[in-house]
Amino acid sequence: MSFETAGYQLAPVLPEIVLAIGAMALLMLGAYRGQGTTRTVTSLAVVLLIVVGALVYMQPAGKQVTFGGSFIVDDFARFMKILTLIGSAVTLVLSTEFLSDPSRRIFEYAILVLLSTLGMMVLISAGDLISLYLGLELMSLALYVVAASNRDDTKSNEAGLKYFVLGALSSGMLLYGASLVYGFTGTVSFTGIASVATVSNVGLVFGLVFLLAGLCFKVSAVPFHMWTPDVYEGAPTPVTTFFASAPKVAALAVFTRVTLTAFPGIVTQWQQILVFVAIASMALGSFAAIGQTNIKRLMAYSSIGHMGFALVGLASGTVEGAQGVLMYIVIYVAMTLGSFSVILAMKRNGQAVEQISDFAGLSRTNPLLAFMFAMLLFSLAGIPPLAGFFAKWYVFVAAIKANLFTLAVIGVLTSVVGAYYYLAIVKTMYFDEPAGKVDPVRFEVRTVLAVAGLFNILFALFAGPVVSVASAAAKSLF
Amino acid sequence: MTTWPILSVTTFLPLVGALIVYLSRGDDEAAKRNSRWIALWTTLITFAVSVILVMRFDPTVADFQFVEKANWLATGITYHMGVDGISLPFVILTTALMPFCIIASWTAIQSRVREYMMAFLILETLMIGTFSALDLLLFYLFFEGGLIPMFLIIGVWGGPRRVYASFKFFLYTLLGSVLMLLAIMALYWNGGTTDIPTLMHTAVPRSLQTWAWLAFFASFAVKMPMWPVHTWLPDAHVEAPTAGSVILAAILLKMGGYGFLRFSLPMFPLASHDFAPLIFTLSTIAIIYTSLVALMQEDMKKLIAYSSVAHMGFVTMGIFAGTMQGVAGGVFQMISHGIVSGALFLCVGVVYDRMHTREIAAYGGLVNRMPLYALTFMVFTMANVGLPGTSGFVGEFMTLVGTFKVSIPTAFFASFGVILSACYALWLYRKVVFGALVKPSLMSVKDLTLRECVTLFPLIALTILFGFYPKPVLDMSAASVQQLVNNYNTAVTAVKAAALLQ
Repeated sequence: MSFETAGYQLAPVLPEIVLAIGAMALLMLGAYRGQGTTRTVTSLAVVLLIVVGALVYMQPAGKQVTFGGSFIVDDFARFMKILTLIGSAVTLVLSTEFLSDPSRRIFEYAILVLLSTLGMMVLISAGDLISLYLGLELMSLALYVVAASNRDDTKSNEAGLKYFVLGALSSGMLLYGASLVYGFTGTVSFTGIASVATVSNVGLVFGLVFLLAGLCFKVSAVPFHMWTPDVYEGAPTPVTTFFASAPKVAALAVFTRVTLTAFPGIVTQWQQILVFVAIASMALGSFAAIGQTNIKRLMAYSSIGHMGFALVGLASGTVEGAQGVLMYIVIYVAMTLGSFSVILAMKRNGQAVEQISDFAGLSRTNPLLAFMFAMLLFSLAGIPPLAGFFAKWYVFVAAIKANLFTLAVIGVLTSVVGAYYYLAIVKTMYFDEPAGKVDPVRFEVRTVLAVAGLFNILFALFAGPVVSVASAAAKSLF
Repeated sequence: MTTWPILSVTTFLPLVGALIVYLSRGDDEAAKRNSRWIALWTTLITFAVSVILVMRFDPTVADFQFVEKANWLATGITYHMGVDGISLPFVILTTALMPFCIIASWTAIQSRVREYMMAFLILETLMIGTFSALDLLLFYLFFEGGLIPMFLIIGVWGGPRRVYASFKFFLYTLLGSVLMLLAIMALYWNGGTTDIPTLMHTAVPRSLQTWAWLAFFASFAVKMPMWPVHTWLPDAHVEAPTAGSVILAAILLKMGGYGFLRFSLPMFPLASHDFAPLIFTLSTIAIIYTSLVALMQEDMKKLIAYSSVAHMGFVTMGIFAGTMQGVAGGVFQMISHGIVSGALFLCVGVVYDRMHTREIAAYGGLVNRMPLYALTFMVFTMANVGLPGTSGFVGEFMTLVGTFKVSIPTAFFASFGVILSACYALWLYRKVVFGALVKPSLMSVKDLTLRECVTLFPLIALTILFGFYPKPVLDMSAASVQQLVNNYNTAVTAVKAAALLQ
């Protein structure tokens, strides 16, 4: 079957095309049938994401390139895309309750999530700086709107605006960096850059720094993390769940691809940047979280720290490092989705509660919820035999192999500091007196929590296959 | 030969028991009773299975037995289990003490019984796993995993300062262990595998030996605990419920000593030899200093906790002497201390359940009302002192003899510990048991119940049996210890010879 346009193969882009057309169709449905279709549109969007996921899964193994090298589909891309799609689909499932409120029947929500996901998929497959920027902007523009989706809430508006202004700034930096790189290498394609950028020169490094700054903003790594706590706290909780999962996957994926495929010749140049960013993120994520009283803010700092840990793997610049990043992001997504489903489940008399003190005595009022959350928190702290430990194992093992001993030692020490605030929540849930009953947990939240929680607890049992898939995906980058 | 994976069954049986406890619903009296009985039966069956291990164990073989291997993670990380003469005694110690812990918590724990029993059963799986894992990553999984249930046991069912104690316990131990984790990674890249038997025969470069030794030391010294990183122990002991203290003193502390034997000596013999003076110094300080500190305590549990630190000093000293007597004595001392200190905490629990205070000053003259208790307590006090005829003597004597051959000053100063331990232990015993029964609250105190006798008398029997006839434990570990000591000495002499030739 020949499926092409203007001489370019379209088969590798099929999932993206389906997603784009599907999103348009759903938009038409919503636009013509009104806000009453919110539920239908959201459900169909989930189905669409699953179909796209199946399409990605069924793509032939090995590397396919189209649009003259702008769009790459390899094992790495497919791995990250499926993870992104899972993150988006779960977010939509968790948003059901948020969207069922009469004042918030906005069908555009699901469409925006779909379009953002489309941007992420393009971003993951980006083979040059142009498609990188296209994907990044499509993803971000949809995210800005989603952050402000709770129209009548000033905090949500503030979050959206803040995210937009800072995001625009970071896009500008990224573009500036990209133009410098283009100017000094004469090409925008990653493979082209790689063949030219074998020796570092000031202009190239300058461009690289700006490029990385833009990417650091998207993964919310220090020193470009300032937006994270405010946006996490201000945005509606399902939106925060989305921010913490799918876009992080996509941004980390492109981060990995750019550094490893476009700049393999000047590893030492970006390695020192990444080492600094990783250390700063881990340290800030651990120390700043200690004083937090709002659980969503705390999760924001926690995610900053976790991105730092993931970058530890990338900083090593090896296959093992890429594998570590992949392992980290899989487990991170599972832990994040699980934790946020707990936060979504925490309701008292129909009101969502977000203070850490509201979790007091949860082990007695809802033992299962408390147990699952405690296990997720121990996992976030990296305590074996939970999944979070394996995530840390794979990034640090790569760092040790690359002789980044200082980074590794600082990293594990900050993880001990981080353990303190996770323990503090466990303490609130288990050692303190109950603060009152919590409402029964909704079915879809319970399901997500059960799946994520069991993945987290039983990870050691099926770690083998995950490791081999991640290893194959990492090798496809080299 | 058997085909069923007996070691894995022993390890994971308690986990199955914990699942069964979880499935028994409700929080009324019947449910509490059910979870207690399920937990007790699980621990008893686990013990029975571990007895099969002992019977089928061949003490003449130095290598690992009951070996099980399965694919787990890619490239060199496997599910590898097995025991040798060094680890088997600890496995048995664990399985044997667990039923006593469950019985000791029978009436003392009244809130959240189901969760309590589950925590203990999960902890048992993790402890057995620690002693039988033959893969470094698997070992670390079990070793660190134990923090979670123990954190909850101290924090949920502990005393008034439980939050402080549980955090201190958790973070202290974690801090030591993460450094070990990095060393494990370095060893993984050096040997291409985390398989312990393979790594024991893999040459480790001298510089890596030093760093890896220090990293492992950070973890095991905290766990052991050695002076000056012992400060979490008294807090954790005081706040933990009785059974938690027993597990902590009897088994969790032994993981440190076991780690030294399993990793530090065989994998980094040169670094172990280089650092032996450091260990000797720290051990001697621990023995003398913590014994003096124990003398000043007003809380019974705290006193025993400090005495544990002192006794562990003998163990580290014996292990790093690197002689047959020292290492075998270290193993024996750990087993003996496991029984004796566990029993001492049970003894404290007996009076605590009655009077709800652990303050030494609150007691006195118990012998008048509790003769049986006085007798039991005396046996364990004597064993703690190291009186000949009790198991405590054998371990202390052997480690001292073993160290004497290597470092006379260490042995000289360490022997002061024997005198000091007599001071604080007898002082404690006199204050609590003897004297006039004047305190009104003690007038109606009752002697040991049948349940308490069931927990304490078997331990008395073991203490005296091993005091007169330590052969079963020593024989079990002899071949493995001999191999360990030989390998260690070969490696050290080879380097010395090479240095002389240059």
